[in-house]
Amino acid sequence: MSVADFAFYAFAVVAVIAGLLVVTAKNPVHSVLWLILTFLSSAGLFVLLGAEFLAMLLMIVYVGAVAVLFLFVVMMLDIDFAALKAEMVRYFPLAALVGLVILMQLTLLYGAWTSAEGSAALHMAPAPDAAQVDNARALGMILFDQYFILFQVAGLILLVAMIGAIVLTLRHRTDVKRQNVLHQMWRDPAKAMELKDVKPGQGL
Amino acid sequence: MVEFFTTNYFGIFLLIVGQVLLIVVPLLVALAFLMYADRKIWAAVQMRRGPNVVGAFGLLQSFADFIKYIVKEVIFPAGADRFVFLMAPMVTLVCALTAWAVIPFDDGWVLSNINVAILYIFAISSLEVYGVIMGGWASNSKYPFLGSLRSAAQMISYEVSIGLIIIGVIISTGSMNLTDIVHAQSGDYGLLNWYFIPHLPMMFLFLISALAETNRPPFDLPEAESELVAGYQVEYSSTPFLLFMIGELVAVVLMCALISLLFFGGWLSPIPGLPDGIHWMIIKMLGAFFVFSMVKAIVPRYRYDQLMRIGWKVFLPMSLGWVVIVAFLAKFEVLGGFWARWAIGG
Repeated sequence: MSVADFAFYAFAVVAVIAGLLVVTAKNPVHSVLWLILTFLSSAGLFVLLGAEFLAMLLMIVYVGAVAVLFLFVVMMLDIDFAALKAEMVRYFPLAALVGLVILMQLTLLYGAWTSAEGSAALHMAPAPDAAQVDNARALGMILFDQYFILFQVAGLILLVAMIGAIVLTLRHRTDVKRQNVLHQMWRDPAKAMELKDVKPGQGL
Repeated sequence: MVEFFTTNYFGIFLLIVGQVLLIVVPLLVALAFLMYADRKIWAAVQMRRGPNVVGAFGLLQSFADFIKYIVKEVIFPAGADRFVFLMAPMVTLVCALTAWAVIPFDDGWVLSNINVAILYIFAISSLEVYGVIMGGWASNSKYPFLGSLRSAAQMISYEVSIGLIIIGVIISTGSMNLTDIVHAQSGDYGLLNWYFIPHLPMMFLFLISALAETNRPPFDLPEAESELVAGYQVEYSSTPFLLFMIGELVAVVLMCALISLLFFGGWLSPIPGLPDGIHWMIIKMLGAFFVFSMVKAIVPRYRYDQLMRIGWKVFLPMSLGWVVIVAFLAKFEVLGGFWARWAIGG
């Protein structure tokens, strides 16, 4: 077994076990922490596949930002653990049924999946040779050259979603004290404080 | 003998462990003296004498503190989540140390010379926030919890601006490899070739963002004494507290290393003709650390709303604007490729 194989099994086993613990952990904060471990192991698997750029993006975006926000929200929830556990028992049969149906569908889909003769040749091959170009550069050439318009449209959609979220949640409360930053910055230092010239070793 | 270390798995493993120790051990020993220097500088600004009892001039103060920390009893608060409580300081220290794997100290003196080095550091430093959040939550106490909530918002905000600042440097270099970034700053004019001239405004923004990212004063709001006692560290004692402290300081030294690599040419000599080498890197890191200490001593603490305001309303637009400007300056090779080192083969 080579080092890469060993690393693959280590990351894969950790990812699967942590994924299970996300669902079964009693405390929601622990669930989020296990989720973070799942993300990290998946990042490790990406590195093994040679997609180091994607691995780093997964860590920066999901672990560094999304999961922090999850943790932020979950930590502030006021949760009754006993009630949560009772609900889990109540809904388990339904969840198991949904899981089983999805598993069956996926099995049917991949069991019956066939490719037409010569369809591999029809695939576009925009990615350059991995040995010559590192994958950050390769991704950049595809995103910013080949699919430039789609990339810009995706950015616009995200911008619209962001503005929509702000419009929905923004409210101007009148009962809170607000800081007027411009007013604070325009204050004259000469009126607020006095500078003393302190001789070294003497103090005031 | 050489074959054993390059072909045999056990040999490769031993080689890597040796390299890791070669980085971590000098780093931790240097840390003891940096902590001493930090306190001495702080004391000098405030006209105190600082640590001066243990060893000559108090040089061994950090080691005395170290022994005191590890022989004390670890206290768990009632109702604390023990596992997460103990994991938090370990996460802080391990994340701070793993980032050093990609830092080059000299030409080729790097544990792992990967292409996405700068993204790796960025990813690891975004993990550091978990130590603070986990510690604050697991303590099951009000002040630590408030401190951890503050730090979560603070560190995420400043990561965004640090990321955009780094993009400017990446555009100029055309690579995310730290060794390439340093090579791009070499030239016939010594220190005039370094990135702190073409990226001058971003150097200051990076310095300030680094202070906020590492929870150093004047942005140490997660542990502000006047408001939160000691923030997320309130319930920590003994070795876990020591791990938090070492982790934070390692992160600060990492930021010093990043500043010297990104803006001050790493191991390159400032004067043409003098030999390049690791000593320049160390001198630059010490200079950056001196600035960090002085800022701690002379700048009053920010208010939390001011911190968030300059993060999102000042730094983010400025760094984003600079990325756009640098992209144009590099694309059209203004001033003979001053901002486009990849174009002139620098």
